[in-house]
Amino acid sequence: MIELTINDIKVKAEEGMTILEAAKSVGIHIPTLCYMKDLFPSGACRICVVEVDGMRNLIPSCAYPVKEGMKIQTNSSRVRVARKTIIELLIENHPQDCLICVRNKNCELQDLSERYNIREHRYVGEKKNHAIDISSPSMERDPAKCILCGRCVRTCNEIQKIGAIDFTNRGFKSNVTTPFNKGLNVSDCILCGQCILVCPTAALRERSHAKEVVNALNDKKKFTVAQIAPAVRATLGEEYNLPIGTNVTGKIITGLRRLGFDKVFDTNFGADLTIIEEATELINRLSNGGTIPMFTSCCPGWIKFAEQNYPHLLDHISTCKSPHEMEGAIIKSYYAKKMGLNPEDIFVVSIMPCTVKKFEASRPELSEAKLPDVDAVLTTRELVRLFKVAGIDFNDLPDDEFDDPLGESTGAAAIFGTSGGVMEAALRTAYFKLSGKELENVDLTDVRGFDGVKEYSVDINGTTVNVAVVNGIGNVRGILEQIEKGESKYHFIEVMACPGGCINGGGQPIHQKPEKVEKRARALYEIDAKMKHRKSHENESLKKLYNEFLGEPNSHLSHELLHTTYVNRKKILEEL
Amino acid sequence: MEGNIFQKYPKNDRSNLIAMLQDLQEVYGYLPEEEIRKVADHIGMSVSGVYGVATFYNQFRLTPLGKNIIRVCRGTACHVKNSANILTALENELGICAGQTTRDKLFTLETVACMGACSIAPVININDDYYGRVTVKEIPKILNKYKKQEQAVSIE
Ligand code: SF4
Ligand code: SF4
Ligand code: SF4
Ligand code: FES
Ligand code: FES
Repeated sequence: MIELTINDIKVKAEEGMTILEAAKSVGIHIPTLCYMKDLFPSGACRICVVEVDGMRNLIPSCAYPVKEGMKIQTNSSRVRVARKTIIELLIENHPQDCLICVRNKNCELQDLSERYNIREHRYVGEKKNHAIDISSPSMERDPAKCILCGRCVRTCNEIQKIGAIDFTNRGFKSNVTTPFNKGLNVSDCILCGQCILVCPTAALRERSHAKEVVNALNDKKKFTVAQIAPAVRATLGEEYNLPIGTNVTGKIITGLRRLGFDKVFDTNFGADLTIIEEATELINRLSNGGTIPMFTSCCPGWIKFAEQNYPHLLDHISTCKSPHEMEGAIIKSYYAKKMGLNPEDIFVVSIMPCTVKKFEASRPELSEAKLPDVDAVLTTRELVRLFKVAGIDFNDLPDDEFDDPLGESTGAAAIFGTSGGVMEAALRTAYFKLSGKELENVDLTDVRGFDGVKEYSVDINGTTVNVAVVNGIGNVRGILEQIEKGESKYHFIEVMACPGGCINGGGQPIHQKPEKVEKRARALYEIDAKMKHRKSHENESLKKLYNEFLGEPNSHLSHELLHTTYVNRKKILEEL
Repeated sequence: MEGNIFQKYPKNDRSNLIAMLQDLQEVYGYLPEEEIRKVADHIGMSVSGVYGVATFYNQFRLTPLGKNIIRVCRGTACHVKNSANILTALENELGICAGQTTRDKLFTLETVACMGACSIAPVININDDYYGRVTVKEIPKILNKYKKQEQAVSIE
């Protein structure tokens, strides 16, 4: 333990702590911009400076360790002037169009301006001028709003290990951008949106599909259907100041009905369907000498990564469409037929935690007879914006239930939204299919949690099945290299591109509270634990779907509607 | 020649980045996109990272050089004598910004700090020729000289 004083308060701190951390432990706020928890401090923005007795210069507190007997002032007038100047310079090189900005009221630059009581323009000068990058179907980059904190660059480089964007040029011309300034769509970007989640401003944001959705809702000829991803129900409440991890399924359903959707279905039904198809595929591969290990395919960020970087390993990926695409395909075939609807009149909107799902929905491989399985994807954040315009007071909404029959789901589907969930759900069903017996304890806690790679082995009927769960795309390369060398011991591998899984997807509510991933995941496990049915093969509506329509899992019709193909995107990008 | 550069430096060693870029620029006169991608692959760095470094240093060019290189002095003395207007006039006349090369690859436009000829400010320099006390009006005439040279060459 080290003793020091901060603002004349005696503080006990641990060796190796930074001044920033020590101050925080006694309730002293120091603003930060470039600082990222768990990453090596870059010391770039200097907004966190403090005054240390005996040192001539101001010190960046995020990068400086505490020392015995240190005397620190975090809020002297010298410090305040320094911070204020930094903020003023950032503001003056910024469009200042907060009133019409998508991050209005959720922007760290706004917060700083307010906190430091900026009330005049003292430095008026030339502002940077960069085009908005709208090359991708999922995301927009607006460098005019960028304050060069570098958090996106570090997230992409050090956490996701993609490196799609970086600092270019210098001085006034400094800009965070893609190689050759060519646009995200032709870069290494997988559109995971993790950079959006860390951006303090609106320099990174999703490409909005709200207009298309509102148009469809206003179109009398359209039969509009909404579906919600497993992870959205555990996070949307945060946008309304509900505690992190509040399950708001019932309210979302009511809200969607009030927006005018004709039906509200559950992507969890699609998740159960995915499990049946995927578990069957796995068993077939295992027993017919198919390509092993098999990877899950429900994360389009992972798919895009594999297509761009490891096209020679695409055979290892399950051919199953992702749950919301399966749900869409079933809505436009089975459900349309059942209800006597023309599939062309159906407009399917997926409410997703994810930015890549927008790209996914636009993939030509994911349409039947030129009709896309899913017509539009809204992120959790976009849905909240629609609720607001529609005058919906979310917190006061009564609960409602999903529509039948594509709204029924099991606990196995609920956990799809968190790292390890797909694996756990798949094993519950694969175990039954292979052994004819039900798992005694369905809580497979070994695949839960947030380690980068989780391993687990299960004995099914005397055969050992080795599985791995990859949490965050930055952790996948090692596993792929093992396969390249022919050294992989696994049979089945789950990959989710976002650290923590979809609960921490690029379309989720934006805030920097570190406890978010764990609390959101807990909400999903609670939903699972409370369910009557906790295995996908127990879903009654799903059994009916197979009896009335699909026949067997992996049947010819299933293959046509529920399975897909991948492309060598490395080649496409090279030829551009 | 280019192949040697990739043999000369070991794979997956980022410390050679600047040296490699310098060598490649020596060969090509600029850093072609293809080569930047190859360098990234060779040293095990992201393309955006290599591109970032290449744009950070003034010594690297990302576009090929034109036949004639125009340098506009933006030093203090020239600035006082309105070199900004000279630069704008050149940019308009050539249809490019400073740092770029015309589509026909005839001209590259650059700015430099003081050329040491302050007494005749504002100064521009084209290849080995210096022009002092330049006025905006003179610009088309000066450029024409180089365009004519090019025509003469192509007739030969
Ligand atoms: S979306 Fe993901 S891959 Fe693309 S730039 Fe952002 S963090 Fe990198
Ligand atoms: S885009 Fe956002 S996160 Fe990235 S450097 Fe700019 S302000 Fe920071
Ligand atoms: S982990 Fe989930 S949110 Fe993230 S890219 Fe994959 S599907 Fe989207
Ligand atoms: S937060 Fe400490 S230097 Fe940026
Ligand atoms: S400032 Fe232009 S030559 Fe000296």
